[in-house]
Amino acid sequence: MGQTIKVEHITPFIDATIKTFALMVYSEAKPGKVGLIASAGARFDVSGIIGLSGKAQGTVALSFPRITALKVCSAFVGARVLALDDIATDAIGELANIIAGAAKGELSRYQIQISLPTVILGDDHELAGPKHIVPMVVPFQCAQGNFNLVVRFKSES
Amino acid sequence: MSQIKIKVEHINPFVTSTIETFRKMVGLEAKPGKLIIKQGNADDYDISGIIGISGGAKGMVSLSFPKETAIKVTNKFIGASSADVTDDTIDAIGELANIVAGYAKKGLGEFNITISLPSVITGSNHRIKEPKDVFSFIVPFETELGGFHLAVSLKSVE
Amino acid sequence: MKILLVDDSNTMRRIEKNTLEKMGYTDIQEAVDGADAISKLTAGGFELVLMDWNMPNMTGIEALKVIKANPATKGVPVIMVTSESEKTRIMEAIQAGAANYVVKPFQAETLQEKISAVTKKAA
Repeated sequence: MGQTIKVEHITPFIDATIKTFALMVYSEAKPGKVGLIASAGARFDVSGIIGLSGKAQGTVALSFPRITALKVCSAFVGARVLALDDIATDAIGELANIIAGAAKGELSRYQIQISLPTVILGDDHELAGPKHIVPMVVPFQCAQGNFNLVVRFKSES
Repeated sequence: MSQIKIKVEHINPFVTSTIETFRKMVGLEAKPGKLIIKQGNADDYDISGIIGISGGAKGMVSLSFPKETAIKVTNKFIGASSADVTDDTIDAIGELANIVAGYAKKGLGEFNITISLPSVITGSNHRIKEPKDVFSFIVPFETELGGFHLAVSLKSVE
Repeated sequence: MKILLVDDSNTMRRIEKNTLEKMGYTDIQEAVDGADAISKLTAGGFELVLMDWNMPNMTGIEALKVIKANPATKGVPVIMVTSESEKTRIMEAIQAGAANYVVKPFQAETLQEKISAVTKKAA
């Protein structure tokens, strides 16, 4: 298909995720192998999504199983978060926001602007995108459990 | 640039765009119901197309459907006869959200907004949560193929 | 008449194809971005192009300029089908040689009318 995947598009998001988790969740997030899957079939319970626009269009999403989300939020906000309440959803949205914001700087040639975060709550939901944009999926492992970073990117050049 | 306060009027371009997109491209009259200011209690949906908004205002716009409605709307939109949610449904719902957001840009010229790629969520009874400090509202729509929700969150950028 | 549909969105290509088939056109090929469109067009034989604007690898407006700069393809009418509704964008496309312009959302009839107008003029 038309879109070519470029490592330089995903690396800033991986670096930003590692850095954000290290500094703000006090957790070492280890990236697994980057996968390209036409339909991101993985199902999660909580996702934080940010839209990217400017000279490129895209989305970046962090998706968590429920338990991992609660543990990550607890470490991030410094208090025990026991339910996916407003504190938890705000925290997940903010994490996605920080990661997208940090990655944006490394992609300055695309003059990327980021949207507000949207958080999806739903047991076993699936996050897809337009058929023609192949998602770059990075599975992460951290002390709180596993999560996925998914980036979709469409650039004009 | 001075900050423009987000008001209920700023929802109008999205409502108009939704009506036009459904009328012209799907061939459906989508009748808007009463606007609901969102206060944390999100509804449950089966399939949602979400677009991030940036530029002079930040936020998101989404179209959310029950499963049956999404399937029927897609069939009418792309001329198919699918009985279930398929890749085509996901692509079509994303494209509808894309056209609605793209066309609404025109009515929000003062903000010079840019839009992201669509994300499409599938999963029974999922909820969409926006950040707390943002103006968020829902407009329920009715069509002969069922109802759906338009949700918009918008915050002006200083 | 041989027609090339250029859009990165599967759904949009499908909708445009439905419209063309209703008009009786059956010789339809598809391209997923500007670069793909140019490589297909230079192979020859096309009499009409429907072109999206915002695509990866090469945008529709860039492809339009390449098509119009090449003596082998410049005679092929190109209709832009896009969400870009600003006047400056429409002017840019017309100046680059677009035969007509359709803004999304569009009605199937509108697309049909513009196609008829363009093909009549070309004939």
